[in-house]
Amino acid sequence: MHAAIVFLPLTGFLIAGIFGRVIGARASEIITTTLLFVAAIFSWITFVQVGLGPGKVPTEVIASWFNSGILQVDWALRIDTLTAVMLVVVTSVSALVHLYSIGYMHEDPSRSRFFAYLSLFTFTMLSLVTADNLVQMFFGWEGVGLASYLLIGFWYTKPSACAAAIKAFVANRVGDFGFLLGIFLVFILTRSVSFDQIFAAAPGLAGKHLFVFGNDFDALTITCLLLFMGAMGKSAQFLLHTWLPDAMEGPTPVSALIHAATMVTAGVFMVARLSPLFEQAPDASTFVIIIGATTAFFAATVGLVQNDIKRVIAYSTCSQLGYMFVALGVGAYSVGVFHLFTHAFFKALLFLGAGSVIHAMHHEQDMRMMGALRSRIPFTYWMMVLGTLALTGFPLTAGYFSKDAIIEAAFASHHTGAMYGYVATVVAAGLTSFYSWRLVFMTFFGPAKWGADAEVVHELAHDGLATAGAHGGHAADDHGHDDHGHGHALDPHEPPLVMRLPLLILGAGALFAGLLFAHLFIGEGYEGFWKGALFTGPDNHILHAMEEIPRLAGLMPTIMMLLGFLVALYVYILRPGTAHSWAQTNPIIYNFLLHKWYFDEIYNLLLIRPIFWLGRVFWKRGDLGTIDRFGPDGVSAAVVDVTRRVVKLQTGYIYHYAFAMLIGVAAIVTYYVVGGVH
Amino acid sequence: MFGFGILSALIALPLIGAVFVALIPGDSNASRSSARWAALITTLITFALSVYAYTLFNSTTAAFQLLEERSWFGSGLVYKLGVDGMSILFLLLTTFLMPFCILASWESISMRVKEYMIAFLVLECLLIGVFTALDTILFYLFFEGSLIPMFLIIGIWGGQRRVYASFKFFLYTLVGSLLMLLAVMAMYGVAGTTDITVLLKTAFPASMQKWLWLAFFASFAVKMPMWPVHTWLPDAHVEAPTAGSVILAGILLKMGGYGFVRFSLPMFPEASAYFAPLVFALSVIAIIYTSLVALVQTDMKKLIAYSSVAHMGFVTMGLFSMTEQGVQGAIFQMVSHGFVAGALFLCVGVVYDRLHTREIAAYGGIVERMPLYAVAFMILTMANVGLPGTSGFIGEFLTMMGTFQINSTVVLFAATGVIFSAAYALYLYRRVIFGVLEKASLRNLLDLSAREIALLAPLLGLTLYYGFHPGPILDGCAASVEALIRGYDAAISASHTASLALPIVH
Repeated sequence: MHAAIVFLPLTGFLIAGIFGRVIGARASEIITTTLLFVAAIFSWITFVQVGLGPGKVPTEVIASWFNSGILQVDWALRIDTLTAVMLVVVTSVSALVHLYSIGYMHEDPSRSRFFAYLSLFTFTMLSLVTADNLVQMFFGWEGVGLASYLLIGFWYTKPSACAAAIKAFVANRVGDFGFLLGIFLVFILTRSVSFDQIFAAAPGLAGKHLFVFGNDFDALTITCLLLFMGAMGKSAQFLLHTWLPDAMEGPTPVSALIHAATMVTAGVFMVARLSPLFEQAPDASTFVIIIGATTAFFAATVGLVQNDIKRVIAYSTCSQLGYMFVALGVGAYSVGVFHLFTHAFFKALLFLGAGSVIHAMHHEQDMRMMGALRSRIPFTYWMMVLGTLALTGFPLTAGYFSKDAIIEAAFASHHTGAMYGYVATVVAAGLTSFYSWRLVFMTFFGPAKWGADAEVVHELAHDGLATAGAHGGHAADDHGHDDHGHGHALDPHEPPLVMRLPLLILGAGALFAGLLFAHLFIGEGYEGFWKGALFTGPDNHILHAMEEIPRLAGLMPTIMMLLGFLVALYVYILRPGTAHSWAQTNPIIYNFLLHKWYFDEIYNLLLIRPIFWLGRVFWKRGDLGTIDRFGPDGVSAAVVDVTRRVVKLQTGYIYHYAFAMLIGVAAIVTYYVVGGVH
Repeated sequence: MFGFGILSALIALPLIGAVFVALIPGDSNASRSSARWAALITTLITFALSVYAYTLFNSTTAAFQLLEERSWFGSGLVYKLGVDGMSILFLLLTTFLMPFCILASWESISMRVKEYMIAFLVLECLLIGVFTALDTILFYLFFEGSLIPMFLIIGIWGGQRRVYASFKFFLYTLVGSLLMLLAVMAMYGVAGTTDITVLLKTAFPASMQKWLWLAFFASFAVKMPMWPVHTWLPDAHVEAPTAGSVILAGILLKMGGYGFVRFSLPMFPEASAYFAPLVFALSVIAIIYTSLVALVQTDMKKLIAYSSVAHMGFVTMGLFSMTEQGVQGAIFQMVSHGFVAGALFLCVGVVYDRLHTREIAAYGGIVERMPLYAVAFMILTMANVGLPGTSGFIGEFLTMMGTFQINSTVVLFAATGVIFSAAYALYLYRRVIFGVLEKASLRNLLDLSAREIALLAPLLGLTLYYGFHPGPILDGCAASVEALIRGYDAAISASHTASLALPIVH
C-alpha cells in the first residue's frame, strides 16, 4: 500500500503524459484525479496506522539504485510518523488541487499536459518524503524542482512565465549546491548516506572537528549549515526567496499545491527529518532561527503593499515558512511540522480561493481592480474569510494552535537568537493580520472597480500607484493567458462545483485541523504519536517550557492579530484612501516595500550581470583573444606564412597538406620505431 | 578465424564494410543508397558482435580478457588485444553510437556519400582499436590514426569554416601526440617492452615518471579537452556535420579519459599524485570558465560544445581523486556524456536540417510545431543539467563525492557547475523551444520524422534507464577500478609521497 501511494501518481503522469493526446483531456483529468484520490485515501489509512497504531513500520527496500565502493544507495520507503504526516498533506492537497483544476483549467487547450505535470510533481514530492537516504531525498528534491519549473512555465508563450521558471530552478540550484556539499560531508562523517546509519552515528559526532575547505570547522555545524542552505532555496528563505513571488506566473492551482502547501515545505521537512543532526549543532540552529525570523518579518512587510492578490499570498507563504524554521531552530520540531500541516490546509484554501476570485474576474489578479465581490461570490468570500481567520490565528482555528505555539516556543526557548525569533514573529503576526484583512477588504468590500461604472476608478488606481511604483506596469503584464478583458461585460460568478468542493474540504481543514490534531502533534499525545520520528536531546524541554510562559507573552500574538485587523479595518473600510495618502507621503518606505527591499535589482546588478559579463570576457578575451591568438592561430599563421614563401604549389586545400603531413609523420614514426627495436 | 579472436574481428568488420562500400560502382542515387545501407548493416553487425563479446566478458575480475597476441614486424612489436572492465564499456559505446551516426547522415549528406561512409567505417575500426590495444605502439597508431578520418569528415563535409576548424583540430592534437610518442619510446627504453600488461607492472623511477606523465598529459589533455587547450572543440563541433559531432563528443573526447586510466594513473602513480593538484585546478577552471562561456553563446552547437568541456572537467577531477567513487563516477560520466551529448547534437541536427542555421536567435516557440522534439530536448536538457533520474546525475555526483574525500575545496568550486549548468541549459531551452512562435520561417516546421524518432528514442531510453539503474555500468567497471586504486595506493604508500589534504575528523 505504501508503494501504491508513491507510484499511483507516477502511473497517472505516465498515462496522461504519454497517451494524453490519444485519450483526450477529459480522460487524463479523470484518471489522474482518481488515482490521486486513491493515494490520498491510502495515505490517511497509513496516517492512522502509523500515527495512532502501536509500532513502527519497517523500511521497505524497493531496489538498489547505485553502489560505488562503500557508498550504497537504495530506493526505499521509510514510513514513520513524520512521513505519514507529509503523505497526508501532499496527497490530500494534491487530490483536491487536481479536482479543482478540472474546473479552473477547463478552457486551457493543453490540459493533459497540465495534469501530467501535477501528477509528476506529486510523485517526486512523495519520493522526497518517503526517502530513506539523502540521495533519494535529493532525487525527490530535484524532481519537485523540475515539476515546479515545468508548471511555472506552463504558459510558455509568456516571457514572464519562462523567466520565472528559470529563476525558480536556478535559485533552487543555488540551495542544492549547499545540499550536495552537505551530503558529501555527511558521507565523510558517517561513511553512509542512509538515515538509520547517519542517526546512529550522530551522537558520536557532537563536538568533533573537521578540516574542510581549508579550515577547521565544528563538524556538525558546517554540515547542518550546508544542508540548511538547500532548505533555504527550496523553502524560499531570506536571500534565496526571490523566486517564490515570481513563481506566481504559474496557474493558480499550481501555486496552491507547490508554492504553498507542499514543495516549499520540503525544506522544513528536511530539517525535521535531520533533527538528530540539527539537535546537536546549536550554532547551526541559531542560524536557522535568525533566517527564519528574518524571513517571517521581511516577507510580511513586503506583503503589506503588494497589489497582485497572488503575490500577497506568496509573501505570506514565505513568511509562514519562516515561522516554521523558527520553531525548528529552537528545537520545537513537532511545532514546526504541526504548522506545516495546518498551513497546508489554510494556505491552499487561500490560494484556491484567490483562484476562484481570479476565475470570477476573468484572470484579473490586481486587487485594485476588484472590490465589492462579497455579494457576487459569497461562497468564495466566506471561504477566504475562513482561510484568513486561520492564517491570522483567530482562536480555535488551525493557525491559532500552530502559529501561536511557535511564538510561545520562541519565547520559552533559551537558545541563542530565540528572543529575536520571538520579537520578529510577534511583529510579523500583526503584519500578517493586516495584509490578510487588507486582501479581504480590497477584494470583497468597498466600491466595485470593475464593470461599466468603474472606468474612473480604474484610471485613478493605475495612475496613482503606477507613478508611486513600477508595479502598476507589471500588473498590467500579468493579465493572464486569455484576453477576456475586464471591461463592461464582466459578471463575476461563483465557480462550478468541482472548484467549490475542494474549497469546502480545505475550509473544514482550516477550521478543525488545529483542534483535532494539536494534542497529538504538540500536546500530551506527543510521544505516542511521533514514536521517535523527531529527535530531541535529553536537555530539550521546549514543549514543556512553552506551557509555563507568562500569560502576557502568550497573549501577544492574539493581541497583534486584533491590532492588525483593526488597522486594516480603519485604513480600508472606515477611512478609505488612508493607504493611498500614506504611500504618497512616505514614498521611500512605500517604494522600498513595493520593490521587495530591492532584492531583484541588487541581485541583477551584483550577480546576474557580472556573470554574463564574465562569460563574454572569458569567451572573447580568453578563448578568442588569448588562447587562440597565441595558440593555434598564431602557429598556423606562421606555418602558412612560411609555406607560402617556400612552396608555390598550392591546391588551395589545406587539408590536403595536413593529410599528407600526417601520413608522412605516421610513416616516419612507424619506420623509426620498427627500425629501432631490432 | 585464422587464429584471430573476437576483438580482431571487431576491428576488421568495419574495414571489410569499408572495402565493400568502396567497391560499389558509380555515383547514382542507387549506389549512394547502397553505400548507406552497407554502412548501416556493417555497423549493426559490429554492434551485435560487440554485445556478444560482452556476454563472454566476466566483469567480476580486473584481469584483461579476450586476449589475443601475435608478433608483428618481427620480434619487437606485438599485436596484442584485450579488454578489461573499463575498456569494454568504451568499446560498447563506440559500436553502439556508430549506427546512429550513419542514420543521422542518411539525408543530410548527399555529396560524396561513399567516401563519407568509408571515413566513418575506418574511424570505427580505429576507435575499436584504441580501446582494445594492449601494446603501446599499437595504441599509438590507432590513437593517432583516428585523427585522420575525423579530420577528413570535418574538412570535407563540414560547414563554412571547415578548413580553419579542421586545421585547428589537427594542430592541437598533433602537438600533443608527438610528445606522447617520445614518452612511449622512453618507456620502451626502461622496460624493454611495449606490452601494456607488462608496463602496468613496471615501476618507473619517480623523476622519470613526472616527465612521462607530462608527455602523456599533453596528448590526453588535448583530447579531453581540458582548459586551456579546449578551443579546438567548439570550432570542430560547429563545423562538423551532425554525425561528426556525435562521434566527436561521444567517443573521441573519451579517448583522453581512457588514456588517463590506462596509462597515466596506473603506470605513473607517484607523478599522478604529484600533479593531481594541477589537474584539479584545470578541471575546476574548465567547469566554471566554460560554463560561463556557454551561457553567452549564440550558436547552439557551440553552447553544447562548451558544456561538454565543463562536463569533462568533472571527469578529470574524478579520475585524479583516485577514489572508487571518483573514478567510477568519471567513467560513468564519460559513457553517459557519450549518449547525452550525442543525442543533444542529434537534436541540433534535427532543426539544422530543417532551417540550416544553428543561431539560437533564429528559433523560438517551436514547441508549437514540434511537441515531440520539445519533450526529447527537455529530457536531454535535464540530463545535461545532471538531474537525478537521468544518467547525467550519477557521474557528476560520484565524481564530486569521490573528490570531496581528497580535496573538499576543489569540490566547493566544482559544485558551482551545478548552478551554472542549470542556467545555460535552461536558458538555451527557453530561447529555442519556448516563447511565441512568431518567425515566419518556423511556421511550417514538421515534428520528428520516424527516422529521427528511431535515432533519438534509444538514446533517451538509455539516459533514463541508466539514471535509475546505473548498475550495469558501475558494476561492470567496479573490479577494474578497484584494482587500479589498490595498485595506486600501494605505490603511493611505498613511496611515502602521500601528502594530500584529506578531510580529517578529530
